[in-house]
Amino acid sequence: MHPTDSDTFEQQIALHRDYLLRFARLQLRNDTWAEDAVSETLLAALARPQAFERRSQLKTWLVGILKHKVVDALRQQNREVRLSSNDDDASADDLMDQAMFKPDGHFAEQPANWGNPEQELGSRQFFAVLEACASKLPASQGRLFLMREWLELSSEEICKDLGLTPTNLYVQLHRARQRLRECLDLNWFARPKAL
Amino acid sequence: MKPTYPLRLTCQQAAALMLAREDRALPLTDRTALHLHLVICKACPRFERQLLTMRHAMKQWRGYVDGAD
Repeated sequence: MHPTDSDTFEQQIALHRDYLLRFARLQLRNDTWAEDAVSETLLAALARPQAFERRSQLKTWLVGILKHKVVDALRQQNREVRLSSNDDDASADDLMDQAMFKPDGHFAEQPANWGNPEQELGSRQFFAVLEACASKLPASQGRLFLMREWLELSSEEICKDLGLTPTNLYVQLHRARQRLRECLDLNWFARPKAL
Repeated sequence: MKPTYPLRLTCQQAAALMLAREDRALPLTDRTALHLHLVICKACPRFERQLLTMRHAMKQWRGYVDGAD
């Protein structure tokens, strides 16, 4: 049995609502779906308080449930998720490639030195920048990118869940990674450059 | 302009392969061509390190989202 009484447990859970909602919104890009996923998460948690074991943090446990609810929502809404992945602005991505490379295929400018790839980036500020960059991705790209990186689904699973072709998925992920790289380059790794 | 030899890549092509590699296994020909390009190119290894940094950062982010306050 869980040592705290049910009222306290309910209050403890409610404290994490805003946090869960932030990540549900980032992943689903739809306020209604996000609120539904979070409500279902909290209800599922309340229905089975005995499933929460002291050895895991309450927040970790809730995020674990939320991930399942988010995947359910993406599957249910797969039609809309799939359709919106065809209508993003591909020409903006082409322009990005054109700015990055010369016509002969060389880098227009040497990629910046970001330092040791294994460096600890674990500061609050860095994660705030990363989250902002992820939220600036076009909705369809952001969803697919976070399905890969946050929900840790394989490409095969994503294609199956959403009815996407592998080609379509890879194109979207490719663009998402390009945009994210550029955003991090500008907003985190940028060094003052000699003019 | 595209190089005529199948194993010779431009930086733009190499960068595209490095991005693709994050989500799918590359065919042997592409892996070989990329490897050769990275040996002779100065700019692309930097791009490769940026992508490695991103991979590492996403891993740290998952831990941060899941647990820490």
